[in-house]
Amino acid sequence: MGALRALVAVLLVAAPALASCATGAQGRLADPPAAGARSGSDLTGDLLVFAAGSLTEAFEELGGAFRHVHPDVDVMFSFAGSQVLARQIAHGAPADVFAAAAPAQTDWLVDRGVVAGEPRVLASNRLAIVVAAGNPLGIRTLADLARPDVTFVMAAEEVPAGHYARAVLWAADVEVSPASLEIDVRAVLSRVVLGEADAGIVYASDVAVGDGVASVEIPPARNVAVTYMAAIPRDAPNPRAAGAFVGFARSPDGQAILRRHGLLRP
Amino acid sequence: MTGHAPGHRPRRQEGGRRRAGRALTAPTTVLGALGMVGMALLILPLWALVARSPWRDLVDLLGDRTVRAALRLSLVTSLAAVAVSTLLGVPLAWLLARHEFPGRAMLRALSLLPMVLPPVVGGVALLLAFGRRGLLGQPLAQLTGVTLPFSTAGVVVAESFVSMPFLVVTVESGLRIADRRLEDAAATLGAGRWTVLRRVTLPLIGPSLAAGMALCWARALGEFGATLTFAGNLPDRTQTMPLAVYLQLERQPEVAYLLSLLLLAVSVAVLITLRDRFLRAP
Repeated sequence: MGALRALVAVLLVAAPALASCATGAQGRLADPPAAGARSGSDLTGDLLVFAAGSLTEAFEELGGAFRHVHPDVDVMFSFAGSQVLARQIAHGAPADVFAAAAPAQTDWLVDRGVVAGEPRVLASNRLAIVVAAGNPLGIRTLADLARPDVTFVMAAEEVPAGHYARAVLWAADVEVSPASLEIDVRAVLSRVVLGEADAGIVYASDVAVGDGVASVEIPPARNVAVTYMAAIPRDAPNPRAAGAFVGFARSPDGQAILRRHGLLRP
Repeated sequence: MTGHAPGHRPRRQEGGRRRAGRALTAPTTVLGALGMVGMALLILPLWALVARSPWRDLVDLLGDRTVRAALRLSLVTSLAAVAVSTLLGVPLAWLLARHEFPGRAMLRALSLLPMVLPPVVGGVALLLAFGRRGLLGQPLAQLTGVTLPFSTAGVVVAESFVSMPFLVVTVESGLRIADRRLEDAAATLGAGRWTVLRRVTLPLIGPSLAAGMALCWARALGEFGATLTFAGNLPDRTQTMPLAVYLQLERQPEVAYLLSLLLLAVSVAVLITLRDRFLRAP
C-alpha cells in the first residue's frame, strides 16, 4: 500500500506540474520564422499531429524533415477522417496540431472555442476519379460513374472527401447510386485497389498512393478547390513545437514536400 | 471487504494472529480498491450513455429514417446470421464433439479463431475469399454474376463469420456433456439414427443451443469491423446499427445515442436470458 500511495502521490503532484511547464507562460508563436532557417533548435518534447487521412504520406515525409531541423522533438501522427479527429480534439485529445481536409472541420473547433489563434491554410487539392489501371471500363467523365455496369464508391457525406464529391456530382448534374459510402477517403481508394469497385472519387493526391490504379481527371471547371487547414488546439501540450511545425509546413521547404505528394499550392 | 476492518480486530490477541490480520488487510484494501476502479471502468461509460441519452425525443427519433433503416437491416441480417450459424454450426459442433479424425484439434482451433480474431482482419480475409477478385468470389461472379461485397447477403456472411464460433463452442460443450447412454438406449429400443438425433440428442442439447443462438445473435447484432470492411456502408443495404452509430455521431449525435441505447438494451436482454449460464454466482 505504501508503494502504491507513493506512486499515486507522485502522479498527482507531478501531472499538473508537467502540464503547466508544457503549456505555461511561454506564449504561442503565431507564425514562427521558417524553422529550417534556424540551427541549434531549442524545441523539445513530443509533438502529436492529427492529420486528415489524405495527408498520410506527405505528412510522414514532412515529419521526417521537421525532425532533421528539430532533432529533440519527437513527432507522432494520428491519421483519420478529419471529422473523427475534430471530434476527438473537441473531447480533449492531446493533439498539438490539427491538419484538416476542410475549413469546415477547423471552423467547427473554432466555434467550440478549442482552437488557439486562427486556422491557417496549408495546401490545396482537387478531386479525381480513380479507376483500375488501364481503365478497362473506359470511364472518362463524371457521367460515366452513373452507368449501371460501373460499381462506384465514394466517401460518406460526413467525411470531407465525400462532401466535396457530392458537391462535384451535384454541380455536374450526375445522379449516382454508390455501392458504398466509405468512412474515409483511403477506404474508397482501397476498394478500387482491391478490385471490389470499378471507380471512386478521391483526392488527386491519393491516386499516386494506390497500386494498380489510374486517375481520370475531373476538368477544373467541374472540380472543387479542397483546402487543407492547420489549427493549434488551445490545450496543445507542446504549443511552441506545434507552431514551429505549422510554420515548417508553410515554409518553402515544407511546401516542396507537400507538392511532391500531389498537393497544390494554397 | 466487510469483516476485515482493522477496528474489528480484538486488541488482546497479539503476535501471530495480529500479523495475519495485517497481512490480510493490506491485500484486501488494495484489491478492493482496484476492483472498484475496474467496476467503474465497466459501468461508468454505460451509465453516461444512459444519462446523456435524449429520452424526451426517444419516440421522435425512433421515426428517424436512418434509425428505422438501420434497425430493420440489423434485425434482418442478424437473425439471418443466426439461422445460417445454426444450420451450419450445429453440424460442425457435432463433427467436432462426436467424431475422432486426424487434425480434429487443429480444425477445432481454426473454426473458433474468428472469436479472437480482430473483426477487421476477418473482413479482409472475407474480401480475399468472397470478394469480386476473391478465391471463391471471382468464379462465383463469373458463373452467376453474384457478388457479395456491398450487398445485404455480404452483411449476413460477415456476421455469420464472426458469430458462428460462439454457437459452435456452446453447442459442442453441450454435446460433450450430454449423456450418450440415452442415445444408445433409444437406438437399442429400435429408433433410427435420425429419430435419435431429433428426439433425443437435440432435446438434450436444447439449453446449450438456445444459449449459443443468443450469444451468436448478440455478436452478430454488434458486428462492425468485418461488416464495414467486407460489405461497405450504404443505408438500407449494408448500414447496420453499429455502422449508423459510427457515422451519425458526426451529424446527429442524438441518433447515435439512441441507436447505442437500443443495442445496450438488447445486450442486457441477452444477458438476462443467459443468466443461469453467466450470472449465477457459484
